[in-house]
Amino acid sequence: MENEAGALSRVAGLFSSRGYNIESLTVAATEDPTLSRMTLVTAGSDDVIEQITKQLNKLIDVVKVVDLSDGEHIERELMLIKVRALGKDREEIKRMADIFRGRIIDVTDKSYTIELTGTGSKLDAFLEAVERSSILETVRTGASGLGRGERILKV
Amino acid sequence: MSTELTGAEITVRCLQKEGVDYIFGYPGGAVLFIYDELFKQDKVKHVLVRHEQAAVHAADGYARSSNKVGVALVTSGPGVTNAVTGIATAYMDSIPLVIISGQVPTHAIGLDAFQEVDTVGITRPCVKHNFLVKNIDELAATIKKAFYIASTGRPGPVLVDIPKDVSQQKTEFIYPNSVTMRSYNPVTRGHAGQIRKAVQLILEAKRPMMYTGGGVILSDAAERLTELVQMLGFPCTNTLMGLGGYPATDKQFVGMLGMHGTYEANMAMQHCDVLIAVGARFDDRVIGNPKHFFNEDRKIIHIDIDPSSISKRVKVDVPIVGNVTDVLDELIKQLKARKEKPEQTALDAWWTQIDAWRARNCLKYDRSSTVTKPQWVIEKLYEVTEGNAFVTSDVGQHQMWAAQFYKFDLPRRWINSGGLGTMGFGLPAAMGVQFANRENVVACITGEASIQMCIQELSTCKQYNLPLKIINLNNRYMGMVRQWQEFFHGNRYAESYMDALPNFVKLAESYGHVGMKIERPEDVEGALKEAFQLKERLVFMDFITDQTENVFPMVPGGKGLSEMILV
Repeated sequence: MENEAGALSRVAGLFSSRGYNIESLTVAATEDPTLSRMTLVTAGSDDVIEQITKQLNKLIDVVKVVDLSDGEHIERELMLIKVRALGKDREEIKRMADIFRGRIIDVTDKSYTIELTGTGSKLDAFLEAVERSSILETVRTGASGLGRGERILKV
Repeated sequence: MSTELTGAEITVRCLQKEGVDYIFGYPGGAVLFIYDELFKQDKVKHVLVRHEQAAVHAADGYARSSNKVGVALVTSGPGVTNAVTGIATAYMDSIPLVIISGQVPTHAIGLDAFQEVDTVGITRPCVKHNFLVKNIDELAATIKKAFYIASTGRPGPVLVDIPKDVSQQKTEFIYPNSVTMRSYNPVTRGHAGQIRKAVQLILEAKRPMMYTGGGVILSDAAERLTELVQMLGFPCTNTLMGLGGYPATDKQFVGMLGMHGTYEANMAMQHCDVLIAVGARFDDRVIGNPKHFFNEDRKIIHIDIDPSSISKRVKVDVPIVGNVTDVLDELIKQLKARKEKPEQTALDAWWTQIDAWRARNCLKYDRSSTVTKPQWVIEKLYEVTEGNAFVTSDVGQHQMWAAQFYKFDLPRRWINSGGLGTMGFGLPAAMGVQFANRENVVACITGEASIQMCIQELSTCKQYNLPLKIINLNNRYMGMVRQWQEFFHGNRYAESYMDALPNFVKLAESYGHVGMKIERPEDVEGALKEAFQLKERLVFMDFITDQTENVFPMVPGGKGLSEMILV
């Protein structure tokens, strides 16, 4: 979409005014600074998704809409998670982060902050794997996605 | 440097370049520079309304009756919030408008300045698009885009918010000749292959039905539609927004459809086997309960310029996205090339059925009543104006009776708030219609409740000598509310009685107009004749009508189209 002030709120406003659900939404400028690219995750029947696609296309600031789930695609989400790491738990949490290919990016004598990327379900799995009470704070970006191989969204 | 103009000058120059002859507005702090520039020229004439809602409705009426873009000018803050009802009204009915609003200076935005409101935010859900112009160098191109977006594709209102300092700054004025936007490319021509499929379905139809809406009017496709319908011999119904798209006095016209549509139109809609929907959107007031609508098996062809209108409430078989005029042209061409006709015996049988439905005479009412029936007034209005008036309406029972009883043979003659259902629309819209059609007769059919929502515009009408004829169907109730309370709320008329009404005759007179009160049915025709002979004057006709009259037929909310309550 056009990298214009207000473009994001047009999309967000469309979803709330028509009663569609946003599970996650990420947006940033692309290599072309006049354009920004948004990945939005939503759920609905085929009819609802068709309407969402059409309504998004109607927004003047939206240049192109692709339903990535129509074909092969890759998606990644980043999560930062701060966990309590004391005594023997420190080793356990370090090992868990390694298994999930996370990186510890901040350390104090009481906590680790782990950076983890992957699909949403992988991040969910990590949260399941970690002792609930040791989680101090999490933040997730929501999914970003691209089509696989030759599937390219370009303006 | 001498070629540099202020933002205010640029704004007015842009309007001149767009060929705008009238703008409707109300001044205020944030638009003072723009008003100053309007003052210095006479190409763009400003019409001073008495409330910003009326400015937008007037611009709207102007646009609906002329196929030009209507323009309104309002100040920041309350100017804009007052305009919102008008903007939403135009948005729901896809009317091309450009609204220019003043904004507090850019350095004050976000600081809760005097008369500041987030105009772009407040209007976003009810405009086709809007702009906040923060940079004077983008002003001219933005206004160009606004007119382009408003008038192309599915039309709609576009708002341009101009901060006061931007209207004061200077830059070189360059008005672009054309607009290209990578993110906005409305389609026009329909897909030829889809049209071919439609032709095939049409030729195979045994119980065909043409169902046409506001898109036919907006696309100026009434002539094409009439040609197609008459070529095929099919029955045709119009939505509330589509009246005049097909001549109402023609025998192939089966009346309006929907909640207060005719029995024959609704029955034919329900029982047809091929439905050709043209510039219409299957909304809840038209097809009633969509589940019930699909109890009958039929194929649907849907022509619309907006892809999101297609398969929104109703799944269709042959979607055709395109401008109605272009699509109908191609459809007619392909049909002529095929040299085939739909099966005539089947069509004859279908017409026999439709005529049987027609014989129910669903719009009958007591013509011998000694109390004035509202339908009677509209029928007499139709006769006295010989069907040639531009008719605006407000919202409620009178709107439905106007739609049922005034037979519109031409497009753009019937002006009403169909989608949003805005009471208060009729009078200001009629002002806009009169400005766009100075030589024509303009009547506003209203009720004593609706008219009071924008009654202050009688003053505007006096200032500009607008000889409107106001037909006030005064039943001392918010009639449609009363009707629903009678049918669905156990006759408990909660707050629907209009008490403490003004003396409308004196009220009209105090604004400098002519007022008439008509109480007996036998006086209706004479009064109308007298009023319409006063060609230079606004006449407010207060018709005292039957308090308990209801609009029939009626499809109750949630019911199917063929489940009408009949009189």
